Amino acid sequence: MTQFHYADNSLTWVIGGAQGSGVDSAANIFSRACAQAGFHIFGKREYYSNIKGEHSYFTVRVSDEPIHSHVDLIDILVSFDAETVFVHAGEVKEGGAIIYDSDLAETTLREVPTIDEYAARRISSILERSGKAISVRGMLDQAQEKNIKLYGIPYFRLLKQFSEQMGDHTLSKLTRTVNVMALSASMAILNFDKHILSESIRYIFRTKPKIAENNVSAAGFVYDHVRLQFSSKDLTRELKYKRPLDNTILVQGNQSSALGKLVAGCRFQTYYPITPASDDSEFLESNQILEQNNGEEGSVLVVQTEDEIAAVTMAIGGALTGVRSATATSGPGFSLMVEALGWAGINEVPLVISLYQRAGPATGLPTRHEQGDLLFAVHAGHGEFPRIVFSSGDIEESFYDTIKVFNFAEKYQMPVIHLLDKAIANSVTTCRNFDQHRIKVDRGQIVDKVSMAGEKLDRKYLRFKLGKNPISPRAVLGTQNGIFWNTGDEHTEEGHITEDPYNRINMMDKRMNKLDIALEEIPNEDKAIAYGNNEDQDVLSVLSWGSTKGSILDALNQLNREGEKMRFIQLRLLHPFPASLLETLIRGSKILVDIEMNYSAQLASMIEQRLKRKIDYTVVKYNGRPMSSSEIYNALKLIISGNAPRRQVLENGT
Amino acid sequence: MALKFADYKTDVHNDWCPGCGDFGILNAIQMALADLQIPAHNSVIFSGIGCSGKTPHFINTYGIHTLHGRVLPFAQGAKLSNPDLEVIAVGGDGDGLGIGAGHFVSAGRRNVDMAYIVFNNGVYGLTKGQAAPTLKLGMKTKSLSKPNVNNSVNPIALALVSGFTFIARGYSYDVRHLKELIKKSIEHPGLAYLDVLQPCPTYNDINTREWYQGMGNIDEDTHKQKPRIYKLEDTGYDGRVRSEETHSKMVQAIEKSNEWDDKIPIGLFYQNEQIPTYKERIDSKIPSYVKNPPAKQTIMDQDGVPTGDIAKLLESLRIDR
Repeated sequence: MTQFHYADNSLTWVIGGAQGSGVDSAANIFSRACAQAGFHIFGKREYYSNIKGEHSYFTVRVSDEPIHSHVDLIDILVSFDAETVFVHAGEVKEGGAIIYDSDLAETTLREVPTIDEYAARRISSILERSGKAISVRGMLDQAQEKNIKLYGIPYFRLLKQFSEQMGDHTLSKLTRTVNVMALSASMAILNFDKHILSESIRYIFRTKPKIAENNVSAAGFVYDHVRLQFSSKDLTRELKYKRPLDNTILVQGNQSSALGKLVAGCRFQTYYPITPASDDSEFLESNQILEQNNGEEGSVLVVQTEDEIAAVTMAIGGALTGVRSATATSGPGFSLMVEALGWAGINEVPLVISLYQRAGPATGLPTRHEQGDLLFAVHAGHGEFPRIVFSSGDIEESFYDTIKVFNFAEKYQMPVIHLLDKAIANSVTTCRNFDQHRIKVDRGQIVDKVSMAGEKLDRKYLRFKLGKNPISPRAVLGTQNGIFWNTGDEHTEEGHITEDPYNRINMMDKRMNKLDIALEEIPNEDKAIAYGNNEDQDVLSVLSWGSTKGSILDALNQLNREGEKMRFIQLRLLHPFPASLLETLIRGSKILVDIEMNYSAQLASMIEQRLKRKIDYTVVKYNGRPMSSSEIYNALKLIISGNAPRRQVLENGT
Repeated sequence: MALKFADYKTDVHNDWCPGCGDFGILNAIQMALADLQIPAHNSVIFSGIGCSGKTPHFINTYGIHTLHGRVLPFAQGAKLSNPDLEVIAVGGDGDGLGIGAGHFVSAGRRNVDMAYIVFNNGVYGLTKGQAAPTLKLGMKTKSLSKPNVNNSVNPIALALVSGFTFIARGYSYDVRHLKELIKKSIEHPGLAYLDVLQPCPTYNDINTREWYQGMGNIDEDTHKQKPRIYKLEDTGYDGRVRSEETHSKMVQAIEKSNEWDDKIPIGLFYQNEQIPTYKERIDSKIPSYVKNPPAKQTIMDQDGVPTGDIAKLLESLRIDR
């Protein structure tokens, strides 16, 4: 079987370390520097539910070509602790490089308390089998046999020398710069432009100029040390500076939807702290004073509530006053919001819930990834009421989609669940600068002022007026002559309680019929997008939704290059379900493959139910670690070969 | 044209039990709105669930009948988004002090400028008379098969320690007095808690109208029946915090709140205008908040082009600069 092709002009760089030791900062500097040097970037962050001490790591893939995902093997592993070597050295590919702390070479596995038992057992059995010491040294010996180059860096001694050279003894205590020293060692190995490195360090530490300069100096010191210390045959790699990509931003997935909210006109957001959703609210709050191009002073009010029930109900209270209102949460919080979701449904309140999925159930894997909430989002709540469930596939989409979901909420007067997830939230990518004028704001039918004839109203305003159009004009609290009532009970056109059986039918029909209008009006490209081979018959079609998009695209790219006839259909609108469009898109497909990050292949079950067509193969993953493009490539190759089981479970990732 | 009591009535059929204490509260709210001349479209009554939850449907203002226990966060969301609205929240004691107790405490911490009126009758009426949070330990109202196994919560004390800045109690059969308390709670800048003793004639056969009015409460000297309810203001009690006396005023309010059985105080227990309201706290972060609150902001031009401008934020993410 052919192997996943790791392009020559691309590399995967991983830095690991204890949580709180600066892994993120180092990775952000690396990403920024590589982006400035003209590369495309895709990075992702993995971490434990822990404040300090547990192992976290950041993978950054850089390439000349556009990339949308991570791959399994590592080109350069950057470490400054023992655990990173134990956990990741086995993932470094032949000819790769490991940077390690030479003072820690003799550390044994048992001396690293944060490695959990399962991982420790796996590591020691591998080392035992190959007759190596159960230590960092053993890991390194094994790596060397794979022709991996080792770069021992004596961080402690370098720090001391550095402080002597600077004439400042306090610097030797700056163990916090070790992350940047390790990063800089990797830059030296790559012969990376030193000036860009310095600029990137300054950018990341831009709010702390003194710390920035210390780090710049320390980085320079280590860089020179590495270039001198290692022989030229160990320094053959190169990441060459090119012109940075035009009109490109380096953006994180926990900023993009929040940026979309600022543009969409979301001026009220509530939240209760939860990983990985809090960043969205915190970003909004840090940028709550908003520039407006109409001379007004804009702002976003962000309220941290006592729980998620308060978060959603407060957001609904806000929405009733006409403000575009949202709440951001993850699965456990969304579970608490469900009763209120039904209230918003029956009262036709436009509300946006940003649902950043993580691995469940209950607390699950609180900092890990899963797409396990699709069916839950579609069905959440007792009784029947309309809602839109919309999913974004990557960071760039999530910006534009956020503006769209507010439009949907107001046009169709219903709650919208915007599905995002941990993989999107904790990844970083280069992409085309966001165009804040591309998507227009459409507020649907809002009643500004109810007209009066003389002193008497010509017609009483009816919030839930029945008529041909199930979408009735919406007044907001405070509108003159627009008085209405809301209730969680079934209601009259005015909004008063009624249990009348015929009115019940009319009101249910009114609400549910809005879904038909939404399905008709929402443009095809917002329902589903087909990538790849659209002309040929007898192709294999991959079906998926959400953040698997990038890995699937990258895998398909290569498969198409190898001559495989494939297409990828990314479902975006998941409720109401775009069955007829999907039917058109899969026409001519010989094999249907469903790929998603959950146990039961939830999308597959939705498709089978609605299209009356069987999914031939499913590829699922539920170990909390996002799918890599290389493992999707391998899974698809197996399917093409005819030897794949009906259900493949992917297992990669640490 | 001046607004009248009748302008705040709707023609919705009222299905409360005959003799229900809720009628007095409803009338008092409508009278207070008329006295204060609050335009109907400018006020919103939010409610929880239960008999009291139906209140907004009988009042001709915006009326939002929410979910069980959630009236306070709904109401705060509206008030924070549009501070120009006059927001009144109502609900039962089960709604606010049982299922909604967490929101009750957290609302106190925020001190949003609105009034919260609790229809306090000690029972869950609409579900047929189960014990509610203010029913005393060991009481056996008529639909309970066994005496109440839980101790009661003290709503006045809970409001106080949660941070409500106006705390009063009314009695639903003293409508005039109640109306004045409602007016004060609306006018108070900050979060007001108004506990209203409201006999449930169907399910609470202990704390009845007759009981509040003195049944079985015999004065030792005169051997006559003595009303249990008395007014704090008649005793010279002053609950208002004027300068550095917050602590002593809190202590005295808690002391008064523990009175029950033969002497039950109504009136103003505590008022403190020195605690900044939530609006003032937002103002310090968002200077344009009062002038241009969330609900009043323009978010697009006439062609639908967004008016919020994130150019600077995007600029900071650019890598080609």
